[in-house]
Amino acid sequence: MSELDRKQAADETALTDTGEQPHVGEPTELDEQTELGEQTELDEETKSDHGPGSGAKVAAGAFRVGSLLASLPDALRGMDPRRLVRNPVMFVVEVGAALTTVSCFLTPGVFVIATTVWLWLTVLFASLADAVAERRGRAQAASLRAGRDRLTARRLADDESFDTVPAAELAVGDRVLCTAGEVIPCDGDIIEGAASIDESASTGESAPVIRESGGDRSSVTGGTPVLSDSIVIRITAPPGQSFVDRMIALVEGSVRSKTPNEIALNVLLSALTIIFLLAIVALQPMAVHTGSHQQVVVLVSLLVCLIPTTIGALVSAIGVAGMDRLAQRNVLATSGRAVEAAGDVSTLLLDKTGTITYGNRRAVAIFPARDVAETDAVRASLVTSLADPTPEGRSIVDLCSARYGLSLADGRRAAEGGVPVPFSASSRMSGIDFGVMAGTLVTEGASTAAVGHVMGEGPGQAAAIRKGAVSAVDDWLRSSGATVPQDLRDRADAISADGGTPLVVAETGRALGVLHLKDVVKPGIAKRFAQLRSMGIRTVMITGDSPLTAQSIAREAGVDDFLAEARPEDKLALIRSEQAAGRVVAMSGDGTNDAPALAQADVGVAMNSGTAAAKEAGNMVDLDSSPTKLIDIVQIGKQLLITRGALTTFSIANDVAKYFAILPAMFAGVYPGLTALNIMGLTSPHSAILSAVIFNALIIVALIPLALRGVRYRPTSAARLLRRNLWIYGLGGLVLPFLGIKLIDLLISTVPGMR
Amino acid sequence: MSPAWAAALQIAALIAALALVYVPLGDAMARMLMPGRHLAMERRLYRLLRVDPDADQVWRTYLVSVVAFSVAGIALLWLLLSAQSWLPLGLGRSGMPAAQGFNTAVSFVTDTNWQSYSGESALGIGVQAFGLTVQNFLSAAVGIAVAAALIRGLIRRHTDRLGNFWVDLTRLTLRLLVPLSILGALVLVLTGVIQNLHAPLTVTTLAGGSQTLPGGLVASQEAIKELGTNGGGYFNANSAHPFENPNGISNLFEIFLMLVIPASLPRTFGTLAGSRKHGLAILAAMAMLFAGSLATTLALENAHPGAALQAAGGAMEGKEVRFGVTGSVLFAVSSTITSTGATDATHSSFTGLGGGVLLTNMLLGEIAPGGTGSGLYGMLILAVVTVFIGGLMVGRTPTYLGKKIGAGEMRWAAGYLLTTPALLLLGTALALVIPSAAAGALNAGPHALTEIAYAFGSAANNNGSAFAGLNANTNFYNIALGLCMLLGRFVPIAFVLGLAGSLARQDVRPDDAGTLPAYKPLFVVMLVGVVALVAGLTYVPALALGPIAEGLS
Repeated sequence: MSELDRKQAADETALTDTGEQPHVGEPTELDEQTELGEQTELDEETKSDHGPGSGAKVAAGAFRVGSLLASLPDALRGMDPRRLVRNPVMFVVEVGAALTTVSCFLTPGVFVIATTVWLWLTVLFASLADAVAERRGRAQAASLRAGRDRLTARRLADDESFDTVPAAELAVGDRVLCTAGEVIPCDGDIIEGAASIDESASTGESAPVIRESGGDRSSVTGGTPVLSDSIVIRITAPPGQSFVDRMIALVEGSVRSKTPNEIALNVLLSALTIIFLLAIVALQPMAVHTGSHQQVVVLVSLLVCLIPTTIGALVSAIGVAGMDRLAQRNVLATSGRAVEAAGDVSTLLLDKTGTITYGNRRAVAIFPARDVAETDAVRASLVTSLADPTPEGRSIVDLCSARYGLSLADGRRAAEGGVPVPFSASSRMSGIDFGVMAGTLVTEGASTAAVGHVMGEGPGQAAAIRKGAVSAVDDWLRSSGATVPQDLRDRADAISADGGTPLVVAETGRALGVLHLKDVVKPGIAKRFAQLRSMGIRTVMITGDSPLTAQSIAREAGVDDFLAEARPEDKLALIRSEQAAGRVVAMSGDGTNDAPALAQADVGVAMNSGTAAAKEAGNMVDLDSSPTKLIDIVQIGKQLLITRGALTTFSIANDVAKYFAILPAMFAGVYPGLTALNIMGLTSPHSAILSAVIFNALIIVALIPLALRGVRYRPTSAARLLRRNLWIYGLGGLVLPFLGIKLIDLLISTVPGMR
Repeated sequence: MSPAWAAALQIAALIAALALVYVPLGDAMARMLMPGRHLAMERRLYRLLRVDPDADQVWRTYLVSVVAFSVAGIALLWLLLSAQSWLPLGLGRSGMPAAQGFNTAVSFVTDTNWQSYSGESALGIGVQAFGLTVQNFLSAAVGIAVAAALIRGLIRRHTDRLGNFWVDLTRLTLRLLVPLSILGALVLVLTGVIQNLHAPLTVTTLAGGSQTLPGGLVASQEAIKELGTNGGGYFNANSAHPFENPNGISNLFEIFLMLVIPASLPRTFGTLAGSRKHGLAILAAMAMLFAGSLATTLALENAHPGAALQAAGGAMEGKEVRFGVTGSVLFAVSSTITSTGATDATHSSFTGLGGGVLLTNMLLGEIAPGGTGSGLYGMLILAVVTVFIGGLMVGRTPTYLGKKIGAGEMRWAAGYLLTTPALLLLGTALALVIPSAAAGALNAGPHALTEIAYAFGSAANNNGSAFAGLNANTNFYNIALGLCMLLGRFVPIAFVLGLAGSLARQDVRPDDAGTLPAYKPLFVVMLVGVVALVAGLTYVPALALGPIAEGLS
């Protein structure tokens, strides 16, 4: 870190400390998402993540004059030649501007001074683009960090007493006590106890996860709230240096280094700059030879107009904005290199659960026992699920009304007077009890009336209804002297063999039927995979299911390939073989045993809920732990590269019009025939040159929003993308400056001294 | 037959002939560049040169071989030129002055064939045949060898070996250039080109005047002069001389010879790369540029304003009546766009804008189809640059034939793009600021600038054609243009081989629907656009002050 960078870093801290608040909840953010494609239909989590952690999001699409002005001080600092030298294109402009400034004193005039001012503005605008992008990155990072900075922790002393200290004072190895309702102050490992923790600091929807001491799931992340129980954590990272903190620093841009593709682009831009520099250096002797010695200001103007200032000014902002766009989606990348690699991905390894199918199983059929009426089995299933808030329970209610015509109201009526029994880990069943009085379960005799009530048959035999796994329900039935009959067991086995989950429904004394729960492929996913295929991306489904089950789901979802009964080493081998075939692989994972595969993959997205090892191994972390995020990440990577390519094309195409403006202005005096090249009919040589310079400067500002937002990207084949972008940015870049320069000329020709 | 029909027939015959040989010649060259059995003669040569023909070279060794071989060639040729008065078949001509000898030696070894001397008065038969003609073969073979190394870089993987320069050189000379030149020379003799060992014969004409009829091994040098895109004429008048190019048939055949190897090399590339469509795309880009240049020049030369010229049916000044406008334009365009540099008309006498197109042909970088080998490697470099920009626009790290175009590759390509403009622009600027050099231009105004820029353009791009109207036989021009030729040849070759080395080390990434299709028409159009834009933007100021100013006045 240079002295200058350190100073900048200090400035940033100051900004954070004074509580600069980012714009919260800009409506445009959603517009930007829809612009990225139709993927949003699939990941509701992503779309609606306005949870606590990400509440203070910076707008992606929003771009206001205000943010330009606010970035001005940073932009002025960015004009320091020692900083600017890292950007050869803009450095040349600055040197040119310095030269013309000297001319201002030697040969003062309206034209020289006006041109010099606009040359300096060109440098300023380029610097402004960087400043705006970095500012947004900082704001984003600040919001991610904000929660953590206010945290306090209960630090345990050796005698197990604790004192409350600010989280920032914790050191590695400290033990911290966290109980329900508190926020974990820093990354660490649980050494005592187990707790449920809301890891998805942002979604609010995603279910809490269980973390316990020992094993894969002992790692906890700073900033996540504990929902239940009490744990003791050993701090593994000093505050401010946790994994996520380091990634936040990258989002800020303070430790951002140039990515491989950015370096390659800079090589091309530098080469073009040198070529134009040579052309201008050689032009003066030619001009002198023809008897039309050119002023320095004119030569500098031509040079600045020709070198690729547009892309040169925006290239670094595009990179920062790419990281920022990922952060908008709650994905933090360890490097810009990873974001670029995401655009290159040609094989996606997708976990079946949560990505291709709904993570939770859904009821698809109810099979009654041999001597039980179907309506009885259905009604019992409905009644046991009324108080079950899980997606599985809801899916049973849906199935009953949709397929068996038993509405929720029917169920409520049938359940009147009953007391719901929620699912418990010890019984592994849920259900309903009838005839409960003052918290005491009634005896056998009284219960008969209750079941008769349920079944609509008058006095019956049962007191309770249960729904659960075959073995659990069997145990329960044995207490009333019954068992699960063989026909239901066979049915249950068949469901299991097909990859589904059987649940038995029983009333006291007899089993009523079997519920078939299974993974349901998300609607629209096949279309999505077809889209990926047209982009040249192969999808491979990873699942622990048997090959048979995997195949049926794979066919239904339309993935290109699948890996069944996948063990971590299988994943690693698959990634290696894909890479050996020259393909770029992306995957997501969360367990420690995923770490080798995450490290091997070109793009490894670790879930924030995963272990520290997984996070270290991957090169991105998804704070939402959403499995579909991988597809968004690929699209953001592509959008980043496309934005660079499009603006490069635009920048180079612009030069044609500038030649038509400046060359006749320079030489029509000595060769009147060259007036024919003044096809824009610009007013005077001075106004023509100045108009080109002004256009060149203004187009930078005009394109800052595009650089930050990224060009429109629709998932489609490379051939179509190329055609579309060539039309817009190639042809547009050719035509637009003709109009722009003409317009500016019309305006400034009214200024005295310009004619 | 109306002139329009004559033009159409000539062009149609040329296209038909090139199309006919495209596949067989392209594939034959591909076979020569693949590992295979050595001929007995070749084995003897390898033993003599102490070369292990089956040992592949890394790019640096390949480059060192190219440069060492060429430097040795320059030294030897310089020696021959300086000492020709003591050599057999010298016709009593004195040795060439040192600066001019340097210029000439570099010129022939770099496949440029810029001539600051007049062939019939300065050189004897011996030096022409054993010095210049030999280099015409070797320099052409070197160009194709470098192109072959680049192709190998694109198709090989996980290696640092690009082939063996000595094997490529030997095979290309013995299997390709010598047999084709013999065929070519025979055809030329049939059309009336001379091939003898006569000393100049002075005869008295019917009108009573005296005329000197030169002799020499003209047909044999003429064939390789065109076939190897060399362009150095036996006589000062080059292909305008009736002994070099007696009639319309020989004219068309010479044009065919210039184009046949560069235009067939894309097939070689496609065949070696295992993707003929990539070869066709390169050919299509070359053809588009060629067609555009030819159509423009034909239009400009046929529609020259002025009553006298209209009466003559076009701008006939400086053109041979036996070739007419079409024959002259076709020859001039082919010669300037293939880096041959032969002339059958005075380019300086073309219309202002027509001459500008000829200059532009060279400024494109000699890639449409360019010189033997150098045209292909030049176009491939521009394809790499196009793939880079286009690849970004489809959201992938750009790849060409599965090879990533990263920062390392861009450095080599950028170096290549920079070299020629640097030499050309700085050389021209230098000539203009040195009064004695600027005075070398015989005309004034924009035409003088065109003359000087044309000379440096011709040298830096290894074309060798002269615009005429520039007194180039001065120490300044001999040395400055000599350096331009030397650096304009070997610095880009170094960049090409460096790129090849860096590509060969890579793995191949298979193309899929997300890869830029670097063979579809849209890519061809984009490639042509990049070529035109890169050259255009670099040279427009110079062109504006030279040919454009002249043409629009």
